[in-house]
Amino acid sequence: MKRYVGRRILLLIPTLFGMSILTFGVSNLTPGDPAFTFASRLANRPATPDEVAQAREDLGLEGGLVTRYVRWAGNAVQGDLGISFSTRLPVRPELVQAAKFTLQLAIPAALLALLIAVPTGVVSAVRRNRPADQVLRVLSLAGASMPSFWLALLLVVLLAVNYSLLPAAGRAGTESYVLPIVTLALAPAAVLARFTRSAVLETLTTEYVVAARAKGAGEAVVVVRHALRNALVPLVTAVGNSLGHLVGGAAVVETVFVWPGIGRLMVEAILQRDYPVIAGIVLYSGAVFAVISLVVDLLYAVIDPRIRVGSDA
Amino acid sequence: MTVTMTGTHTAPEGGEHALPPELGRVSLIWRVLRRDRTAMIGVVLVGGLVAAAVLAPVLAPHDPNAVDVVRKYHPPSREFPLGTDNLGRDILSRLLVGARLSIGTAVVAGLSIGLIGLVMGMIAGWFGGVADTVIGRVVDILLAFPLFLLALGMTGLIGPGLRNMTIALVGVAWAGYARIVRSAVLAERGKPYVEAARAAGATELRILRKHVLPNVVPPVIVLTTIDMGVVLLAISGLSFLGLGVKPPTAEWGSMLAEGRNYLDQGPQMTIFPGAAIFLMVLGFNLLGDGLRDALDPRASRALTHG
Repeated sequence: MKRYVGRRILLLIPTLFGMSILTFGVSNLTPGDPAFTFASRLANRPATPDEVAQAREDLGLEGGLVTRYVRWAGNAVQGDLGISFSTRLPVRPELVQAAKFTLQLAIPAALLALLIAVPTGVVSAVRRNRPADQVLRVLSLAGASMPSFWLALLLVVLLAVNYSLLPAAGRAGTESYVLPIVTLALAPAAVLARFTRSAVLETLTTEYVVAARAKGAGEAVVVVRHALRNALVPLVTAVGNSLGHLVGGAAVVETVFVWPGIGRLMVEAILQRDYPVIAGIVLYSGAVFAVISLVVDLLYAVIDPRIRVGSDA
Repeated sequence: MTVTMTGTHTAPEGGEHALPPELGRVSLIWRVLRRDRTAMIGVVLVGGLVAAAVLAPVLAPHDPNAVDVVRKYHPPSREFPLGTDNLGRDILSRLLVGARLSIGTAVVAGLSIGLIGLVMGMIAGWFGGVADTVIGRVVDILLAFPLFLLALGMTGLIGPGLRNMTIALVGVAWAGYARIVRSAVLAERGKPYVEAARAAGATELRILRKHVLPNVVPPVIVLTTIDMGVVLLAISGLSFLGLGVKPPTAEWGSMLAEGRNYLDQGPQMTIFPGAAIFLMVLGFNLLGDGLRDALDPRASRALTHG
């Protein structure tokens, strides 16, 4: 087990290295000179060559591509992502603060999605091709097809504008969390419900479920203890993946609800051409996502002894 | 063991079918699909909306860009079936014309993703060696990111706009396909019929085309269909955020972005473009699900023999 964990952690290094190359590469494909953009914005007019040179020094943009990459990546590893073009403040504290706000939505949304998806998927699988399954499948397909920004706007019109039940935007009080969390949870709930259904269907045909039935276990015990428990293994991976999508999907939902999270920070940065912020978000969220995937894989090994035994042999 | 060198081994068995194998396969898939009620809803939705997009100039009752503030926020009526927007433009006409951009981009992006993923996966899986290592590394790195966030970031770095947005999406999303195709090719490569074909003197290209491709393409078709819906959601989402198609150009996402500012006065500006996106994505999903079942060899066999 120790060797397996060690190897998986070592494998993270080339992935992170590749991520940094990709992010840096695309950042440097951008047309125009970031030092010129920065200096011009500072001066509010096209910058003079002197100002550009000064900005280049301030932003750490001197030297060739390799020098710049080493400096940028070295700083990023130490938690320094440079200076935002628009606020002229360090990128990292801003990013960390925004990430906290996004997690305040993403974690409850992930839990809500699971709370909806697992029972739905199990019922669907157990009642396969019966009316209950058909209704639930149509609903989950509809959920997966729903543009979250549209759902968000409809909910705002209905609950905030027409009935003033909930605030339409901002973060003030518990009520302001309801609409963003519900909107954010819908797509992963639909995806996970479909996933749970097929995972449980698969385990329902296995020999150990047949054996459990044969020994006279009740249907509830068979489904929950045997079928669902084994279906959890692939489900854990799916949940890990959907956390990444939650952070991505947050861009749209946070914009609608004026929520100061990562997604909104990213959109603002793109509209402002704030390259250090964009590159920082892409790099750090990629790194966090890679670590989450790793943790999920390791959890996998904890839940399912076959994996760890197989890899150590 | 007998190895037929002429037909693909996936072609339906049974000589009584006089159709050539390719045609026979398509008609077989269609026959399975037609029995699947939800898949047919998908066919109708996709077919109907694509036809509406193609025929938009003929179908649109009004000039989609004709501004007339006197008739703004007109509720749905005979003359304006879906009402008018904040500038008095006919929403139905704008939806129809916007469909060309929305659906067109989704289809082009979806096909590009599928094709690039297919080619990359086949190269990696068939030739192995350096090609496999290089493609495998790139795929691992791309898949390590949350997809939408990476596409969003790439769009930001190369600059907003519909074209860049599509490039960013395609550049990120092919990786998942390449991984699936690669493992499918690896599985086929080791099978006895490939060795038999090679022993019989078939060239590599012929084996790839005649034997490996027919086994790899079906899952790619299913995924591409479903992902056209995903791409449509992503593109309209990015346009909604102001990073793709900019108003006044009619596109479903940008129409929603405009409608957002007039939720009180003209809810029809928000309701209908969103409904169009929803129905189109639902259509792609239903069709993709149906194709998955229809392309499953077990399903076709049940139909031929049952």
